[in-house]
Amino acid sequence: MNRHFHHELQDLRSKLILIAEKANEAGRLAVEGFLTSDMEKTQRAIELDDEIDALEIAIDRASVRYITLRSPVSSDVRLIFVAIKASHDLERAGDEAHAIAKKTRNILTRDGSIKMTVEIEAMSILAFDMMKDAINCFLEEDLNVAESIMARDKEVDRLNKENFKNLSAALRDGGIDPTTHIETIFISKSIERIADHAKNLAEEVIYLLTGE
Amino acid sequence: MTQTSTPITNKDTDKPNIIEVRNFDFAYGDSQALFDINMDIKEKEVTAFIGPSGCGKSTFLRCFNRMNDLIDIAKIKGGEIKISDVNIYDKDVDVIELRKHVGMVFQKSNPFPKSIYDNIAYGLRIQGVKKKSVLDEVVEECLRGAALWDEVKDRLNQSALGMSGGQQQRLCIARALAVKPKILLMDEPCSALDPIATAKVEELIHELKKDYTIVIVTHNMQQAARVSDKTAFFYIGKLIEFDKTDDIFMNPKDPQTEAYISGRFG
Repeated sequence: MNRHFHHELQDLRSKLILIAEKANEAGRLAVEGFLTSDMEKTQRAIELDDEIDALEIAIDRASVRYITLRSPVSSDVRLIFVAIKASHDLERAGDEAHAIAKKTRNILTRDGSIKMTVEIEAMSILAFDMMKDAINCFLEEDLNVAESIMARDKEVDRLNKENFKNLSAALRDGGIDPTTHIETIFISKSIERIADHAKNLAEEVIYLLTGE
Repeated sequence: MTQTSTPITNKDTDKPNIIEVRNFDFAYGDSQALFDINMDIKEKEVTAFIGPSGCGKSTFLRCFNRMNDLIDIAKIKGGEIKISDVNIYDKDVDVIELRKHVGMVFQKSNPFPKSIYDNIAYGLRIQGVKKKSVLDEVVEECLRGAALWDEVKDRLNQSALGMSGGQQQRLCIARALAVKPKILLMDEPCSALDPIATAKVEELIHELKKDYTIVIVTHNMQQAARVSDKTAFFYIGKLIEFDKTDDIFMNPKDPQTEAYISGRFG
């Protein structure tokens, strides 16, 4: 039997999809801003952060309200907890995008353009594919995709370590602005964190679908 | 908002008040059961009364259609209850007419030992309606209104006593609708029903509020949370807190309300 409040769960799912899309968009814009020295995309990524934060708060409130007023059980209660946890992960992914964009803005303001992109592009392709797949496996309730996301996180971690090694070596060699290199190390770390949040999201979808 | 002797005006919606209670005191003999109650109930909203046994919520509900008149020792000690701007305790108020406007559904379903059709048609026949086409129309309309038509349309002439408990309760709601009330009072309408029948009655309440004002007494706090727009918490004859249901259950102002809804009472 459909209850009159079941549409509230659908609204919650819609909000979750929206925050996921915005977090992914913020990350994509931030990395593109870095790779193409594009201040406009960088600025747009920074601005998206407030929208993502507001959505996380809306999801938290709707979740607490549903638990309090609707007495959910089983898959409904799992959806609520996944919504709370996933929106937190997505908000953090949005924070990482915000951090990438702010550092890119610093570099562009100081240096005019980005000269050393190391493995940022390869990492970001992997990380955003993971995020996109995590969102799709939530939408399509696809357990197999969720499990494949976990495996790809290791490759992102490896590329981040490589970036760290290469940028540290360049710092040691000297003759360049250390600030830009340190900021690029942080950008690489932020992308690695976005992949971690995508992995968390996949774990949450597995819990939603299996209860385990 | 915490209850004081100041009238509660419910300014949060544009809907007009249909029930206005001011400084209402009520007693059974020497024992005062309700103390200085002030409350405004909005038209076409569901208002739930919650509180521990003996707190006065059912007594207060029964004041809205003067059911307490049937108890010899019951007495209004002060204040007034207005329904659609008429003080229902005025001398010239016709109680039968009042109860047509303020229908009631009880804890235990109480269909007449008649057919399903006759249960609905009963009130209209008493009012002198005899034309079969009119009765047929009202019976169908009320059974549809109570989400029962599809389940019973092929057995309207069978005894209502053969229906399940949940169906009997919805039949009583349909019967109450037949005389076109403005307000429906429900005194623990689901306490004898299983979870599925309860869910059906709750969904019915949600549908009915499009056309009727509903006041429901319930011991089931989750039910109050699920079905009502406003919730009033009573304790030992006093209205402790009355507010939007979201606020009562998510962030009550009064510590007594908090203690009751979180099970830390007593």
